[in-house]
Amino acid sequence: MKRLLQIEFQKIWKNRASRILTLAYFIILTFIALIASIEFKIGNFELRIADQGIFNFPYIWHFNTYVAAILKLFLAIVIVSMMANEYSYGTLKQNLIDGLSKKEFIQSKFLIVFTFAGISTVFIFIMSLLLGLSFSAYNEIGIIFSDLEYLLAYFVKLSAFFSFCLFLGILVKRSAFALGFLFIWNIIEGIIIGTLRWKVFKDSDNYQYITQFLPLESMSNLIKEPITRLNVIKNIETTIGGEASLKDYSVHWYSLVIVIAWTVIFMLMSYKILQKRDL
Amino acid sequence: MVDYSSYLNKSIRFILETILTLEKLNKRFGAVHAVKDVSFEIKKGNVYGILGPNGSGKSTTLGIVLNVVNKTSGDYRWFGGTIETHEALKKVGAIIERPNFYPYMTAKENLELVCRIKGAPFSKVEEKLEIVGLSERKDSKFRTFSLGMKQRLAIASALLNDPEILILDEPTNGLDPQGIRQIRDIIKTIASQGTTILLASHLLDEVEKVCSHVLVLRKGEILYSGTVDGIIANEGFFELQSDNMTDLKAKLELHPAVDSINEEDNKLFVYLKQALEAHELNKYLVQKGIYLNHLVKRKYSLEEQFLQLTNNK
Repeated sequence: MKRLLQIEFQKIWKNRASRILTLAYFIILTFIALIASIEFKIGNFELRIADQGIFNFPYIWHFNTYVAAILKLFLAIVIVSMMANEYSYGTLKQNLIDGLSKKEFIQSKFLIVFTFAGISTVFIFIMSLLLGLSFSAYNEIGIIFSDLEYLLAYFVKLSAFFSFCLFLGILVKRSAFALGFLFIWNIIEGIIIGTLRWKVFKDSDNYQYITQFLPLESMSNLIKEPITRLNVIKNIETTIGGEASLKDYSVHWYSLVIVIAWTVIFMLMSYKILQKRDL
Repeated sequence: MVDYSSYLNKSIRFILETILTLEKLNKRFGAVHAVKDVSFEIKKGNVYGILGPNGSGKSTTLGIVLNVVNKTSGDYRWFGGTIETHEALKKVGAIIERPNFYPYMTAKENLELVCRIKGAPFSKVEEKLEIVGLSERKDSKFRTFSLGMKQRLAIASALLNDPEILILDEPTNGLDPQGIRQIRDIIKTIASQGTTILLASHLLDEVEKVCSHVLVLRKGEILYSGTVDGIIANEGFFELQSDNMTDLKAKLELHPAVDSINEEDNKLFVYLKQALEAHELNKYLVQKGIYLNHLVKRKYSLEEQFLQLTNNK
């Protein structure tokens, strides 16, 4: 395993574009901290985001993992192009000729996927902890380390998304087309959800029973948007609508299972494609 | 008393050690039957040439045994079938069609990556770069290399693990004369050290110069499999000229060893059906009262034999 990781790290790290994108990803992640300094001024009314409780434990775990997941596209590009390059350089073929088995090749790629997801998770954990310790109103150990399932969800979500990208890279062989396919797939899911919601299951929420199984939708279901959970927003809602809407923000075990299932499916399909294809 | 028999057995086994066996290998790409029932054996210590026109199935056959093309049917075994293909390939050095490396890495970094895959020590990198004459450029990026240098780097890479067998698919394709010469010299050096080599090429003089055995493929079928001497060993033919050509021809037709006679460029080309030495023919003609201006006995080159083999069927 160490050997496979070393091989893969050398391939990514020696490539300037991949290196810059990876570094940019982690640097931009740290900029989440800058949200703390955002201030609004509406007339005499001053609003400082940091004071609105977004860095309160345990809410910060939810907020930061949600915002950080938006940046996953950076690493997705690295992963897709790393795979597509293996085809265009002919190095996939050469790696196999040199004595890497197809299984080892797929293993090494997925190891990188999980490593990227793992490092991102650790990174977000440390950053959120530091931010929380500086800004949070509650500092009891019990509160700090509650709701950590958002970190687990974040890890699973990134792993699944990167696996999907890797699978597309293997399937399509060209990075631009693979990313294009990802974009198109996103639209297709949107159309499916829209059709089910407004045409098939009019006036009910039953469409969600089906749409929760779509790959991208299942990933986004893992961590729901945290904005409407904020007190400020809730206050606005109560003012306008009379009462705050009740929404379930927690991470569900069945959402995790669906996403993990997709990850496994992407891994197996990638391996099957590689086994069947003549290079 | 010394027991010579066990010693003898050992050396016989060494001589006959089989590296690769192919049995009735087939590959179809849809309607195209690219490899048809190909069977052969590669023995340790020999230098094999695979000859065949473009599209004859050479690269596909090599691709199958190198784990990058899936066979349709048949079987192949590395080193007697005792280990899995990808493990066996760690003891093989192979270059296919064009040099495949990461363009953004230097020569040294690329070879280190191959070391990691094959499980060879990094110390081999400098050693092999020296052999192919790339030591000075080891820190240059692969993309800055000329085709000749890329091909030499590929050979260095194939040698990293001191392979039991070196497989080269068209190693001089697209190179300039100097490049071809360099690659050929490297191959000869390696062959002289006793490494088994399998060389696919359509450059026949290349094969004739370095190979001991040859396989001829056409449209996926084996037309000939045996030694190079075997394919060029033949009765040969004579080139003759005298003042009276019609008389010469008439007398030759009476000779029992003559198969056919062709006239070209005011010379007679005499093809034989059985062995006949030049001095015997000369003596025969003198007895018949014919004196020659020109007498040359020639043998078919590998090229002529190859063209005959691949055209006839």
